Amino acid sequence: MYKEICAKYAPTKDNLIYILHEIQDTHPQHYISGEAVKDVSDYLKVPENHIYGVLTFYSMYSTKPRGKNIIRLCESPPCYIKGSDNILRKLKSILGVSVGETTKDGKFTLELCACLGVCGNAPVMMINEDVYGDLSEEKAEEIIDKIRGRN
Amino acid sequence: MSLKRIDLLICCGSGCVSAGALKIKERFHEVLAEHNIANEVNIIETGCMGPCDYGPVMVIYPEGIFYKKVTVDDVAEIVAEHFVKGRPVSRLMLQDEEKTIAAKKDVPFYQKQVKVALENCGYINPESLDEYIATGGYEALGTVLTEMKPQDVINVIKDSGLRGRGGGGFPTHIKWQMVHDNKSDEKYIICNGDEGDPGAFMDRSLLEGDPHRVLEGMMIAAYAMGATNGFFYIRAEYPLAIKRIKMAIQQAKEVGLMGKDVFGSGFCFDAEVRTGAGAFVCGEEMALIHSIEGQRGNPTPKPPYPAVQGLWGKPTVVNNVETLGNISTIFRKGAQWFASMGTEKSKGTKVFALTGDIKNTGLVEVPMGITLRELIFDVGGGMIGDHKFKAVQLGGPSGGCLTVDHLDTGVDYESLKERGAMMGSGGVIVMNDDKCMVNVAKFFMDFCVEESCGKCSPCRIGLKQMLEILERITSGYGREGDIEELQRLGESISKLSLCGLGQTAPNPVLSTIRYFRDEYEAHIRDKSCSNKVCLDLMHFNIDKDRCIGCSLCARKCPVTCITGSREEKYTINQVDCVKCGNCFDVCPVKAIDKVPGIHPAVAANREALKKAAHNHED
Repeated sequence: MYKEICAKYAPTKDNLIYILHEIQDTHPQHYISGEAVKDVSDYLKVPENHIYGVLTFYSMYSTKPRGKNIIRLCESPPCYIKGSDNILRKLKSILGVSVGETTKDGKFTLELCACLGVCGNAPVMMINEDVYGDLSEEKAEEIIDKIRGRN
Repeated sequence: MSLKRIDLLICCGSGCVSAGALKIKERFHEVLAEHNIANEVNIIETGCMGPCDYGPVMVIYPEGIFYKKVTVDDVAEIVAEHFVKGRPVSRLMLQDEEKTIAAKKDVPFYQKQVKVALENCGYINPESLDEYIATGGYEALGTVLTEMKPQDVINVIKDSGLRGRGGGGFPTHIKWQMVHDNKSDEKYIICNGDEGDPGAFMDRSLLEGDPHRVLEGMMIAAYAMGATNGFFYIRAEYPLAIKRIKMAIQQAKEVGLMGKDVFGSGFCFDAEVRTGAGAFVCGEEMALIHSIEGQRGNPTPKPPYPAVQGLWGKPTVVNNVETLGNISTIFRKGAQWFASMGTEKSKGTKVFALTGDIKNTGLVEVPMGITLRELIFDVGGGMIGDHKFKAVQLGGPSGGCLTVDHLDTGVDYESLKERGAMMGSGGVIVMNDDKCMVNVAKFFMDFCVEESCGKCSPCRIGLKQMLEILERITSGYGREGDIEELQRLGESISKLSLCGLGQTAPNPVLSTIRYFRDEYEAHIRDKSCSNKVCLDLMHFNIDKDRCIGCSLCARKCPVTCITGSREEKYTINQVDCVKCGNCFDVCPVKAIDKVPGIHPAVAANREALKKAAHNHED
C-alpha cells in the first residue's frame, strides 16, 4: 500500500514531504508507521534516519497512531488573548484526554498547533481540514457532539 | 460572465467560512430556487473582504449594500425583502452609533484604506481567470514581456521603492538585481507563503482571494531576473490557499499565459506548489529552501545568500506573497504613483491583520506612515467594551510591544524598529488593560522555544533559559537580578543566533521590560500580578458580607477546598486552592473577588516548604 503511494511521485528526495503527507492522510489512524518509513526509504534511496529526521522535525507528522478526527486548537497569542485556554480546558474535559492523546473510542485526537491564520475570528480550532472560529465553550462542545454523532 | 439583475458577493475567506459562510451560500441557492429567481441572481464566492469580526459578510450589487453577521436564518428574509421587493434589510446593516450604514463604501472600516495588493480581494471570484482579467489582470505581464527589457523591469521596481513585505523590509529590486546579474544557467523564484507569524493572515487571504495576482507578480519577477521555474511554498495549514493557487496555475497554463513562449515573447515559465508540514522556522528563507529540497527545515549561515546559492545551489529569490501582490499594480499604475504613497523610506501601502481586543478585527490595507492611533482607533474602531488600550504587539513573536505613548508613531519600517518593535509581516495584536505584560511576554517566549529548530545553541538553550526565568517570575519565585539577566540573555541571543527566528525572539521580552518594567518589578518584589492574570500571584476571596451561603461554590470546587455553612458563610482554604475559577464563575451573587498577590497563608506555606527542604539537605 505504501509502495503504491510512493509510485505516484518521482523518486527524488524533494518529494519526501509530499509522500509522507499522503501516507499520513490516507492512513485511517493518521500516522506514519515504521513499515511506511522503510518503504519510503527503499523507494527514494535515502536512509531511514533521514526520514525520521524529517518526520520528527515537522509538527504535523505523527509516528504514533491517532484518532479518526484530529482536533488542532490554535495556541498562538491572538487566540490566547481571546480565551483559548478556556476552550482547551473544555475540550479536555468533554473528551477526557490531555493534549496529544486520543479518545478511547479512537474518534478524536486533541492537539495544539501554531497560528492557523484565522486570527480575526479567534479563538479558532481546525478539525481535519475544517476551521471553526469565534469559539466559545458551548460552541466547542456543540461542534464535537455533532462530529461524534456523524461518525 | 452573466448579466443578471443582482450580484451577490459572499465573502468566503477563511474567517467567514469558519463562521458559516458556505452554509449561507447553500441556503441562498435553495431559497432563490423556491422563489423561482435563481436565474436573476449571480452568487459569487469571493476572497476575504476584510472585516472578519462582522463575519459572515456579503455585499449586494448594484446598490453595494453591505450586510454583516448574516446567519442561515436571515437568508429567507434577504431574498423575500431585498431581492424580490427591493427593500434592503436594515437590521443586517452596520449600525454606527445612531446611524445605519447601508453601502459598503460608507462603512468606516474601509474609509482610510487604500487597496493595492488587496484590490480584488473580496471583489472578484478568485477561481475565475476571466474576472481577474476583467479587472486588468495580466495586462502588466503583457506590457513587461513585450515592451520591456529585464533591467527596465528592475528599474521600475527600484523607482517604486517597494520593500519586502514579509518582515525585514529588504528592498525588492536589490534581490532581483543580484540574481539578474548572476550568469547561472538555472535560477529560481520562490513565493514565501509560509506565513507563520501568529496574528498575521494577509498572505493566506491574498492567496485565497486573488491567486492570479500573486502568480502574475511572480512571473514578472521571474522575467526580470531570468528565472524559468517558480515555487509557491505554502503552509500545509492553508489547504484552501493551496487549492486556489494550484487552480490559478492550471488556468494560466490552459490559456497560454504560462508555459512556453508567453505572449510570443520567447519567455518560458513554469511554477509548482510545495507545502510545508508545520514548522514556523520554514518562513526563514534558507530553512524554506531546505524544506523544498525535502530536508529538515534548518537554516544555514548566511552568506552565501540565496541570491547567490539558494535552491539546489542555484541563485534564488525568495519573495513574500504580499510583495508579489504589489508588482502588477506598480506596472499598471506606475512606479511614481506607488512611491507617492507612504513615507520617505517606506513606500506604498501595507496590509495589516488587526487582532486581539479590538472592535474591528480583520484585514486592512493602509498607506505606510499611518499612525497607530488611526490604525487602531479609526480603522480598527477602538477597543471592545469599556476597556482602555494598553499595548500593541507588532510583528508577532519577533516584534515588540508599543504603548499608549507611541500611538502617534507613524507605522513604517524605521520608526517601528527604533522603538523596539518591527513591521514583521503586519500582525497587529491589540491588548486591553486587563492583560499582564509579563504573562504575554512569557507566552511569546513559549512559542519561540517550541518553534526553535534547535540547530544553534543560543536559540535552543538561551530561549529556554529566558522562558525558565519568566516562569519563575510569574509563579512567585522571581529574584532580584532576574530582569537584568533576561536583558543580558536577550541581547546575546539576538547577536549570536543563526537566523531571524533566534535573532528576534527576545524582542517581546526586551520591549515589555523597556515599557512595562514596573510590572516585572511588582511580580518579582511584591509577588503580585496587578491584573490578576498570573495564577500564582493572585488569589480568590469570598466576601462574607455578600455571600448568601448557597454552597454552590463548595459543590463545584474540584479539590473541595471551600468549606462553610449557610450561617457561617463560606471560605476558601487558600493552600489547597488550584485557582480553577469555577467558584468565581458559578457564584450567583458575585461574592467572589480576584485579589492581586499571593495569599499570606500560601506564602507562609511556601516558606515552610523551603525551610523543610533546606533542613533536609543539611
